[in-house]
Amino acid sequence: MSDYETVIGIETHAQLCTASKMFCRCQVPASAVGGGDSQQPSPPNSLVCPVCLGMPGALPVANRQAVEQVLIAALALNCRIPERSWFDRKNYHYPDLPKGYQISQSQSPLGRNGWIDIQVDATIKRIAISDVHLEEDTGKLTHVGGSSLIDFNRSGVPLMEIVTAPDMSSVDEVREYALELRRLLRYLGLCSGNMEQGAMRFEANVSIRPQGSSTLGARVEIKNLNSFRALLRSVEYEIERQQRALQQGLPIDRETRGWDEEKGVTYVQRSKETAEDYRYFPEPDLPVLEIDTVWVERLRQQMAELPQQRRTRFASQYGLSPYEIALLTEDRDTAEYFEAAANAGRELDISPKVAANWITGDLFGLLNAAHRDIGDVRIPPRQLVELLALLAENAINIPTAKHVLRVMFETGQAPKEIVVAEGLGQIADRDRLASLADSVLDAHPDIVAQYKGGKQTVLRFLVGQVMKATQGRADPQLASQLLEEKLRSA
Amino acid sequence: MLTPEEVGHIAGLARLGLSPEEIQTFGKQLSAILDYAHTLARLDTEQVAPTATVLALENVLAPDRAEPSLSQEDALANSPQVQDGQFRVTAIME
Amino acid sequence: MQLYSLTVQQALDLLRRKEVSALELCESILDRIVAVDNSTKAFLTVTPEEACDQARAADAARAQGLDGALLGIPIALKDNICRLGLPTTCGSRILESFIPPYDATVVALLRRAGAVLLGKTNLDEFAMGSSTENSAFFSTRNPWNLDRVPGGSSGGSAAAVCADEALAALGSDTGGSVRQPAAFCGVVGLKPTYGRVSRYGVAAFASSLDQIGPITKDVTDAALLLNALSEHDPHDSTSIESPKLDLAQVLRPEVDGIRIGVPQEYFGAGAQPQVVAAVQEAIETLVDMGALVDTVSLPHTEYALPAYYLLAPAEASANLARYDGIRYGVRADNTADIWSTYCESRQQGLGSEVKRRIMLGTYALSAGYYDAYYLKAQRARTLIKQDFDHAFERFDVLLSPTAPTVAFGLGEKSQDPLQMYLSDVFTIPQSLAGICAISIPCGFDHALPIGLQISGPALGEATVLRVAYAYEQATSWHLQKPPLDKEN
Repeated sequence: MSDYETVIGIETHAQLCTASKMFCRCQVPASAVGGGDSQQPSPPNSLVCPVCLGMPGALPVANRQAVEQVLIAALALNCRIPERSWFDRKNYHYPDLPKGYQISQSQSPLGRNGWIDIQVDATIKRIAISDVHLEEDTGKLTHVGGSSLIDFNRSGVPLMEIVTAPDMSSVDEVREYALELRRLLRYLGLCSGNMEQGAMRFEANVSIRPQGSSTLGARVEIKNLNSFRALLRSVEYEIERQQRALQQGLPIDRETRGWDEEKGVTYVQRSKETAEDYRYFPEPDLPVLEIDTVWVERLRQQMAELPQQRRTRFASQYGLSPYEIALLTEDRDTAEYFEAAANAGRELDISPKVAANWITGDLFGLLNAAHRDIGDVRIPPRQLVELLALLAENAINIPTAKHVLRVMFETGQAPKEIVVAEGLGQIADRDRLASLADSVLDAHPDIVAQYKGGKQTVLRFLVGQVMKATQGRADPQLASQLLEEKLRSA
Repeated sequence: MLTPEEVGHIAGLARLGLSPEEIQTFGKQLSAILDYAHTLARLDTEQVAPTATVLALENVLAPDRAEPSLSQEDALANSPQVQDGQFRVTAIME
Repeated sequence: MQLYSLTVQQALDLLRRKEVSALELCESILDRIVAVDNSTKAFLTVTPEEACDQARAADAARAQGLDGALLGIPIALKDNICRLGLPTTCGSRILESFIPPYDATVVALLRRAGAVLLGKTNLDEFAMGSSTENSAFFSTRNPWNLDRVPGGSSGGSAAAVCADEALAALGSDTGGSVRQPAAFCGVVGLKPTYGRVSRYGVAAFASSLDQIGPITKDVTDAALLLNALSEHDPHDSTSIESPKLDLAQVLRPEVDGIRIGVPQEYFGAGAQPQVVAAVQEAIETLVDMGALVDTVSLPHTEYALPAYYLLAPAEASANLARYDGIRYGVRADNTADIWSTYCESRQQGLGSEVKRRIMLGTYALSAGYYDAYYLKAQRARTLIKQDFDHAFERFDVLLSPTAPTVAFGLGEKSQDPLQMYLSDVFTIPQSLAGICAISIPCGFDHALPIGLQISGPALGEATVLRVAYAYEQATSWHLQKPPLDKEN
């Protein structure tokens, strides 16, 4: 196995989060921007026009937002931005391609020669990005019986294509690259990253060569990967397949393969027998893009803080553990929620660590159970911190706090209002608790006897009884303390 | 002079189902036209940039605002074969 | 005088003075079409009911005190221009039954100006040709001699205007397709500066060359129509802002001090002697009126045709890739698989000239040939444009014949594609350079019209039209009508 080294490059197509399509102003279908789950998909061929249907006389008009989004991605990926960029026609025939050509970029893409750092275990590795460019998506083909059906709602949706150099050498690196790229694009608000809905698609190019060799082996392209799992499993399988072939002295053909999820194998795709001649030429219907430094700087200012930068900052600013940082910086909404809470915490004397704890613990729990995102949560960060302040002052106990959090989550009410309305204030009145403790002890002489007999754990039961008598509002520590005192002195 | 194979290859790229007679005729005609076009080879264009455009336009970009689309009915009206609101073609072998 | 013989300006005058109604005008033209179109075969589709409805609406608007640049004026459209709800065939079998769900921008502009839309005129298939013989349906005849071609590819529009079957018509010009048929039919044809008139809704042939242009009975009408069509269109990314013509300034028969250049390369072996003679006489006329004339060289002229016949087909090969019968158009039946569907549909639906150009274009772009053909042609184009830029430093306009010959016979050149291509030799360079040019009648050879081409720099239509107007007013070629019927 270690006789060979693996060389992997990844091509990613990401649907951009714009309101309208790349070359016409048809609305982008909801699934493209990650809104599919909660919305009915549009009827087929209802979000189309002469332009995205390729009718005679139709002409493209480029979407400014899409261009700027790709420029931002190119900047975030440390690419060189050219002074002049333009679109090219990529000519081929396929039923989901209405014009018989795709408007793409070939000669002068919006970004070139960038990089992104990934972390595998403790090692940081730099993956070179050779190309970031803008193009339009095709329609969607489905096969039913002896027919193929085409829905052009997706035709013309803006697509960003990101191509790496063949810099990855293991499935782990592929995984970390894909995750970090997805994280980055979501952070920047450019792409929903939803692979199941096809908003983000990966293709892998895999080849192997003898260890130490400088010539590349035959490259196999793996396409039609519909999930993250498929990406990883297919790369893993392909590496093994190629190694086995070489070990047996069999040649590896340069070809395109699909992935069969059920059988867990890659298979040769018939339709790609000969290399296509795309006959690229500059798109005459679209004037060139002159990209000056003023424009680039404005976009750079607009760009949100990137995941890597935020992770570094969180470590130094908030003193959180790597695990907590990873959870809190996974997406931008969570990171921003946490920071707002941390800011409020400074005023109310609640440490970021406590806020982090409750967010990643109880709040995440509530969100997951309700299938909601933190972006939709009804609890403003400041109110979460107010809840934590009540807890810190001992006005309520932990079980009460969890209950109040649940109510806040469902109703959006402020914590103090809930506590007052439900009469949840913690009972920490010594005399009152002392008299309750007496009642409990009187009611359970057998338990008292067990305690006296050496079984100290039954104290918990007695504390529970005090809690029960106070609908959970007693200060459990104080109750425990008082019970203990009485048991010892009795 | 273009060979029948070359003509056939170009016809394939262009998805034109030419008959053998057409391949012959087009081969001759295209060769004649290409020979004529080859007079361009005489021109010294070493220092000449290709025309990107005759226009002085640049950065023609539209604001990202969705506008109404065609109705599904209008979109499908001209298609020879439609099924379940989609365009239908003979199955494509993958 | 019959109403159908009027020019647009004359008709507007009468309409505004309420001496005639739009409905009367429309009916006169529709009768004229019935009387002569069997001979000229200019129209593919006529829409008499809609036209009359639009004419009545125009009359109603006028009665309310409203006016419009073309209110009540009957106009025909070349059939590669999409008109909502009406078949737009592009002269091709593959689009025989295609009904666009939208109007081209130029059609919307005509409607806005109050024009009455008569129907669609014949053309060479997908605008590829110089005689209208490449139409999949039938050939149009030259009203001056029914055995002759009207020119192409906008032959139907030129014949219609010439035969008084429309007061004006729109054509499209990629390498001369408005100017050359205008010359062959003795009418006026203008190719605007590239970008001046929107291409949205006009089936593309060569994207960087196509322009919609008016075909009219005289220069005044051409100016009126240009003003109605010159608008920036947000649906066309190659559309430019351009000033409306100040007609009072443009339509003045004065050419004192105008510097006219005569490109020597246009008077060589290719042009027929009678054509050259007529153009030279026209130049004399302008000199007599005070213009300053001198020869000029456009040294790269000989490379324009070869460059064009690589660039235009290259763009066309991509623009026509969409005609596959899947979303619209004719689809071959009983095909075994999708690729047969493509090949058979296109084989059956597309004509020879179209196939030839698609092949040529595909070849010019293909791997290994792109640099030697496509890119080389684009470099040649730069030099050709520079020739004009230099010439326009010294001259206001350039004069030449529009075509090397007068209208040739039906079938005469259709056997040899290269021979046909050579008819565009004087009109192609202006298309490559993106500048403006007009063809106006300047004489006859054996009762067949001869066209004079006046070219100007980009956005120089005002000067071009002024020179054209001045020459026209000093002559009476534009008043002559074809001998289609004795009563005229």
